Amino acid sequence: MQDFWAALAQAFALILGAEAELVEIIGLSLRVSLSAVAIACVIGLPLGAVLAVGRFPGRLALSVLVNALMGLPPVVVGLTVYLVLSASGPLGVLQLLYTPAAMIIAQTILVTPIIAALTRQVIEDLSGEYDEMLRAMGVSRAGMIATLLWDARYSLLTAALAGTGRALAEVGAVLIVGGNINHVTRTMTTAIALETSKGELAMALALGIILVTLSVIVSACVMGLRASAARMAYA
Amino acid sequence: MRDVAEPPRPGLWPVTLRAVAFRAGGQTLIDGLDLELAPGALTCVMGPNGAGKSLLVRLIAGLIAPTEGTITYGSAGAPAKNRIAVVFQRPVLLRRSAAANLDHALKTYGMPRAARPGRIAALLSEAGLTAQAGQAARLLSGGEQQRLALVRALAAEPDLLLLDEPAANLDPQATAMLEALIRRASSEGVKVVLVTHDRDQARRMAEEVILLHRGRIAERAPAQAFFENPKSPEARAYLAGRLLL
Repeated sequence: MQDFWAALAQAFALILGAEAELVEIIGLSLRVSLSAVAIACVIGLPLGAVLAVGRFPGRLALSVLVNALMGLPPVVVGLTVYLVLSASGPLGVLQLLYTPAAMIIAQTILVTPIIAALTRQVIEDLSGEYDEMLRAMGVSRAGMIATLLWDARYSLLTAALAGTGRALAEVGAVLIVGGNINHVTRTMTTAIALETSKGELAMALALGIILVTLSVIVSACVMGLRASAARMAYA
Repeated sequence: MRDVAEPPRPGLWPVTLRAVAFRAGGQTLIDGLDLELAPGALTCVMGPNGAGKSLLVRLIAGLIAPTEGTITYGSAGAPAKNRIAVVFQRPVLLRRSAAANLDHALKTYGMPRAARPGRIAALLSEAGLTAQAGQAARLLSGGEQQRLALVRALAAEPDLLLLDEPAANLDPQATAMLEALIRRASSEGVKVVLVTHDRDQARRMAEEVILLHRGRIAERAPAQAFFENPKSPEARAYLAGRLLL
């Protein structure tokens, strides 16, 4: 118990001292996760909207697949991306293995189904309300999707938040494709795993505290934004 | 709105329903209906609940397809874009400001960006909503929302305006403002079909009445003749306030 309190005190000292290694790890984690979420939004938002309002063969099967992919085991994604990017893999020539780019690819694969599936649900609900009005106005299918995405923007923030949470907390895939290389591919989660295994609890705890704090801040911002949007009848 | 002197654009007229039926859930909701609509008189469609009034609006607007029969628009099988506008009983407004709702509509109707602000200001002024331009549309009062929905529909410069009980949930003052807008649209050359179950509103507004009963036209007559000398037993019963079974 004494060890825990001592480690906790050291962790706060590391945080307050803005220790260089800590800052570097946090920076890389945010860069990788937020890049993955941004790419996943670019893919997942229109994909979810098309699944919600599109009329094409295989739409239901694709929706089921996207929903199923929400539960993808990160280590399986990590292994697959590893095999594809490894020297003997189809994309080995790109030499992306053990780089932040490989980690972004792996996280994008994990996050995109979450954002697409949640977007489909949100847009489907809103479409039930807007469909007849938009059709009466002669809005094209593409125009409908754009209108629905814009008007659901505050609800879709929640989808992006869910994706951000998944990306920031993810450890298995980035460990496999990033390799947890110091100053290159070490993120908060992989560093926590490493430091804990080494018995360096102070650094692990410091990173854990930062991780949880980041999650709370992002959640609070999105909830605040949604609440004010609801008050203004924009949500 | 269009200039009164401007001749009707060719193509939409007449809107013709031939032996149109609509069935759902084992029930016949519209039953072999024949109807021809042409520019001119403000037409009120009346009838008891379940008569098929709202379905008729959706069929004419092309929002649903008849299970039997045909609907033609001039010589075409579908209405040209922006020629028919619809206002529903409960206005569905976007989660945007009043002005942004109109901007979205004008963009949809193909108006260039530079021309939109002036048109939006004119439409808001027409609806008496200039002061509410920046307010969230969904926070406007019921009457304001319905007026916004009406000028949004008129922004398309339609030839045919279908109104499905637009004043059903409004107080008398809001109803009066809405009716003034509808009359103005009609006087400016837009063919208005107003669905209402409110006999008093029909007396105020109608130049022609269609009475629907069980998905069929029980009577179609000029308003004065309908109210003063109804021919069908259904119309006599309806105007006497008796239940139409």
